[in-house]
Amino acid sequence: MATRDETARAIARHERKEAVRRGVRRVVVFLAFLVALALLYTGYKAFGESINDAQTEWPVIGRVLPRTNDLTMPPIMDIVTELGQPPQRNSSKPLAAFIAEASLFTFREAAFGFFFGMMLGLALAIIMLRSRWIERGLSPYLVASQTIPLVAIAPIVVIWGSKSMGWLPFDWQPWMSVSIIATYLTFFPVAMNGIKGLQSADPAAMELMRSYAASRRQTLLKLQFPASLPYLFAAFKLAATVSIVGAIVGEISGGVPGGLGRLILDYASRYTTGPSRLYASVMGAAVLGIVVFGMVTVTEYFVMYKRQEGSAAP
Amino acid sequence: MNDHDTPPSKAAAAVEIDSVSKVFNLGKPNEVHALDGIDLTIDDGTFVSLIGPSGCGKSTLLRLMGALTHPTEGSVVVNGKSADQARLDRDYGMAFQTSGLFEWRTVTQNIELPLQLMGWDKAQRKERALEMLDLVKLAEFGDHYPRELSGGMQQRVAIARALSFRPQLLLMDEPFGALDEMTREHMQTEVLEIWEKTRKTIVFVTHSIPEAVFLSNRVVVMSPRPGRIAADISVPLGRRNFDTRESQGFFDSITEVREALRFEGSTR
Repeated sequence: MATRDETARAIARHERKEAVRRGVRRVVVFLAFLVALALLYTGYKAFGESINDAQTEWPVIGRVLPRTNDLTMPPIMDIVTELGQPPQRNSSKPLAAFIAEASLFTFREAAFGFFFGMMLGLALAIIMLRSRWIERGLSPYLVASQTIPLVAIAPIVVIWGSKSMGWLPFDWQPWMSVSIIATYLTFFPVAMNGIKGLQSADPAAMELMRSYAASRRQTLLKLQFPASLPYLFAAFKLAATVSIVGAIVGEISGGVPGGLGRLILDYASRYTTGPSRLYASVMGAAVLGIVVFGMVTVTEYFVMYKRQEGSAAP
Repeated sequence: MNDHDTPPSKAAAAVEIDSVSKVFNLGKPNEVHALDGIDLTIDDGTFVSLIGPSGCGKSTLLRLMGALTHPTEGSVVVNGKSADQARLDRDYGMAFQTSGLFEWRTVTQNIELPLQLMGWDKAQRKERALEMLDLVKLAEFGDHYPRELSGGMQQRVAIARALSFRPQLLLMDEPFGALDEMTREHMQTEVLEIWEKTRKTIVFVTHSIPEAVFLSNRVVVMSPRPGRIAADISVPLGRRNFDTRESQGFFDSITEVREALRFEGSTR
């Protein structure tokens, strides 16, 4: 028996190592793709430029695909060097520092939005679990809430935030309104996957809880909530990326300065004098999205590594 | 010598089922008469098997005893009280065909689950879990997760969990249905050992004739649509051992149960 135990431990150790290896492989593949994309971009640009004069006569380049001039497609090296340069003459910091600061600002908005969206989504899922009627009645409104354009509600939320939040013990900041906008986007996938996950508990396990005369609360905490975690993590991944989108769009349409949204807006309006700056700030947003997605994935690994799909079946 | 066949001296009834009928979807086009006019008394400390073809209502009958479903007519009394009260008093443990282990809990934590729900403190839980692990011979596997165990081991954990709070009644619904024949026979021997050690009342649903005969004092044969009790056969095999499966008495009892099942089949 002891040897069996040791074998199991060895297997567990091996699995952990394997997981790390998988993680490393993922990063390597990601970087390889990044290089491949850069090569594709540069290659396409070089090809377009080699037939520069003929571009307008080619049926595809310049009509369907973008033109290859430096305004439309700044060289990758320009974007990289631009990161090290100050974006304006009077500033001492390089562009990378501006983007990093703006990313942190946006990250904070998104993180609060994600947290409150997660809480709201879970609360809604638990309420819907309690009653089929509430689920049926509420679902259409939840769906409808997601079809209202953010551009329409963002200014309302920002104004409402600054006007009606005076009762709070702290000063209401515009970025908090942006967090509310991010919340508005993040609660939805959590609520939808949450209800599905809570209902996914094994019927035999549900009967078992009934046979123990377990209370609803006990059944929720000990069975339904743990059973819903795979669904919830899928939702959290979606919610994390959507919270960044919500924060950026919220900043832009709510006119809130300090984050990536304002930065992108600024550099877009001055695109002709420096297209690389816009490219660089958009990449900042992309990196931020990958970072939050990665944070959820790592958390998921630590919470879920001891489980395996379909392991409850004999 | 025949300890196996004699119920305890004060033969109180563990389960009393009185003219019970169960109709699903009553009054709807898809109405199903699952059980009809069932009378059954199970004495304390006996091992009773319910056997019959699929759809004969044997699982429904078991679920009625556990108050997981309720009779359309008639009454189900468990330990002298209503089945619902018995459920609330945690008078019975239950094991299903799927082990229903929580994959995010270790073996020990799974066994502790009912105790935790009943508000036992940590030390007591730990102690009882260890005791149960010993009983089902899985002492080395307390810290493992269910996925690391074979199907038979998972079922043993499920049985340990069902017995952890020492209910006097154990309801088992085809607990070995998904196991291979060899594991199954092994598990049968183990369940009998547990039964002999603990003297629980066990109600065991199966569709295997040898399994029913090997395990029980009494085999209740059921017929389908609507589910009725077709025969109530006592199995006088005494204490089971390795040779029991090859004894004449074993084959005689198997034949008796088989005849009862066949007779039911031909009258339909």
